[in-house]
Amino acid sequence: MTLIGQPATTSGGRAVERQRPRVGVVKFASCDGCQLTILDLEDELLALTDRFEFTEFAEATSKRSSGPFDILFVEGSISTPEQAVEIVRLRAVTKTLVTIGACATVGGIQALRTAAEHEAFRSAVYPSPAFVDSLAVASPIASHVPVDFELRGCPIDARQLVELLTSVATGRRAQLPDQAVCLECKRRGYECVVVTRGEPCLGPVTQTGCGAICPGMGRGCYGCFGPREGANVDSLAGWYLDGPSGPRAQVDVGRLFAGFTGASSDFRGITDRLGGRPPLPMRPAMAHPPELVEAAPPTWGPQPAGEAGDAHE
Amino acid sequence: MHTSDLRFQVQNLTRVEGEGSLHLTVRDGQVSEARLQIFEAPRYFEALVVGRTPNEVLDIVSRICGICPVAYQMSAVHAFEDLFGVEVEPATRALRRLLYCAEWIESHALHIYLLHAPDFLGYPSAVELARDHRQLVTDGLRLKQIGNQLLALLGGRAIHPVSVRVGGWSRAPRRAQLTAFAPALHEALQLARATVDVALQLTPPEFEREPRLVALHHPREYPMNEGRIVSDAGLNLPAQAWTEVFHEIQVPWSNALQARDDSGLPYLLGPTARIVLDHDQLHPLAKEALDNSGALESIRRNPYRSIVARGIELVQAAADAIDIVEAYRPPEAAAVAWRPRPGVAAWATEAPRGLLFHRYEVGEDGLVAAATIVPPTSQNQAAIEADIALFAPRVLGLPMDEATRRLEQLIRAYDPCISCATHFLDLSIDGAPA
Repeated sequence: MTLIGQPATTSGGRAVERQRPRVGVVKFASCDGCQLTILDLEDELLALTDRFEFTEFAEATSKRSSGPFDILFVEGSISTPEQAVEIVRLRAVTKTLVTIGACATVGGIQALRTAAEHEAFRSAVYPSPAFVDSLAVASPIASHVPVDFELRGCPIDARQLVELLTSVATGRRAQLPDQAVCLECKRRGYECVVVTRGEPCLGPVTQTGCGAICPGMGRGCYGCFGPREGANVDSLAGWYLDGPSGPRAQVDVGRLFAGFTGASSDFRGITDRLGGRPPLPMRPAMAHPPELVEAAPPTWGPQPAGEAGDAHE
Repeated sequence: MHTSDLRFQVQNLTRVEGEGSLHLTVRDGQVSEARLQIFEAPRYFEALVVGRTPNEVLDIVSRICGICPVAYQMSAVHAFEDLFGVEVEPATRALRRLLYCAEWIESHALHIYLLHAPDFLGYPSAVELARDHRQLVTDGLRLKQIGNQLLALLGGRAIHPVSVRVGGWSRAPRRAQLTAFAPALHEALQLARATVDVALQLTPPEFEREPRLVALHHPREYPMNEGRIVSDAGLNLPAQAWTEVFHEIQVPWSNALQARDDSGLPYLLGPTARIVLDHDQLHPLAKEALDNSGALESIRRNPYRSIVARGIELVQAAADAIDIVEAYRPPEAAAVAWRPRPGVAAWATEAPRGLLFHRYEVGEDGLVAAATIVPPTSQNQAAIEADIALFAPRVLGLPMDEATRRLEQLIRAYDPCISCATHFLDLSIDGAPA
């Protein structure tokens, strides 16, 4: 049975003394899933902290640093005026800036809204949209500052993260694949969901790195890692509109491309033409919009005497 | 207008999921206002699911939270199946519970070992904790890893799994795959029991109060995917009917949407509420762990004891998972056939942090026309503020650093997931009309 035991001496105690690269992990508008991938490196996590000093990682440590950083991992898209200022400050104190995930790299699903749609989105979700201080568009980090490396995915792949850290630690180039998910399927011997079931799949135009998870689980790829360079997205969209598994309505094909990397220019081109982004005009998206209530600060109500203090009324 | 007030701020809460800070207003030594401010940028998920098919919604809502994506998929898939009259196979029902067990293991182990335990033992993070207590952190990471591996086995990957579909699965696992995983789950059970022992050794600050608790309740099993909404005040209503008693509000003195019940008082969701309201339905091994701990009443009254509640739920999830794996026979078909039907789809499940309510209006075209998603952290926010208002006077005399640390520790005890709380607004309203 594991109990809190005696303090142990870290075997890597010497390594700790060395000058370790200072690593920061920060986030903007996102779900935390990509930085969680770092904490999900259960087997490597403690070894990594011997090699790298995580000086800023608010989700994991109460120690804070505003820089400088040798490596900065940036999660999330820029969605508020404050974030647009902060990313510029961070870039200035960072040697190697790495975006992690679809939000930071192409804007994420929240970047499906265009500037013209912003007002509709705000007033569809919030009853008092004036209180919401968000930028008209959610934008990727590279629209604000230069980015040194991009890790794609929604979420990123843990193996790619380790590869990137290893390459930085050893001073070599990171080996990240740039083929299509299709090729990964063939390598793994997965059944093609398009051929065998006529199910639309973005594998032919999506960059791999995930390990072809979706076809492996019996469904079409939905493009988490985004379009690979030079992908012929128009041809694929045409294939799903009128090809052997079609015909399909334009908007049904458009929606395939309106996912987590739908804000990339290649995929955006399809949805501009075929539709598939949330339709406008939009009535209040929330079925039960909240009301503005004049209420006292929340208290539990009367507490037993002498127990919880007398801060309540 | 508050010039005579002492304003106290804890900027940038750490070891929580997402971004937030705490603002206290103290007047004549009394806390007149405790405000948990969330500056997590809005992502407009309720608008992003409009015009989407039910299966696309499952992929989209998982992105609300990287720590509990399964919870979002579960509330949504049950809502749609309830509206469409889909009867899933018993094996699918069991597999979904198994998937949720995996998420509870991953999420609770993350919170206990990496986010919460360092508080009790006086470390800024699990990394420093590991320098002195390597085995403790290694065990916690192993437990979390088993949860993640089970998520990946069932869903293709641990974060944003891909296999949950209306009617069942895109692919259901073979029996041999699950059987091969059984040894890991037995290891998880041992680690979970040890976690309860560790959690019981962590001395909580003395702070007790009478909370109001809300959770799902199922007569035959510890609640996850099914049950009625119950409270310690005698509430009992179907999971689809959340909006009949609860409602979201916007309050002029806060920058965040909150949720209240008809009484207007706050209520607490999550492991504490579930243990108190559903302990009779715990797996025998988890019940044994709870009985041996003798901690039921202190879990109810002391918010810091949530770490024990999470530990017992780790035993629950591991023991439950073992039973499901042993009894597993794959479904006849990965997914049963279904057709969309217009109407209102509503459901609630128990996310690791508490009751998660979804409501979708589905149009004649089978696409979502409107959505309401109420995450547990939105609902817990008022409870957190009520606790801070009670607790803060005890620390205001301390040096600022120490007071900050203690208040942060109290907030962390709720495991707030700020990324989830899609409804949090983003503005300080100092000087707004009262």
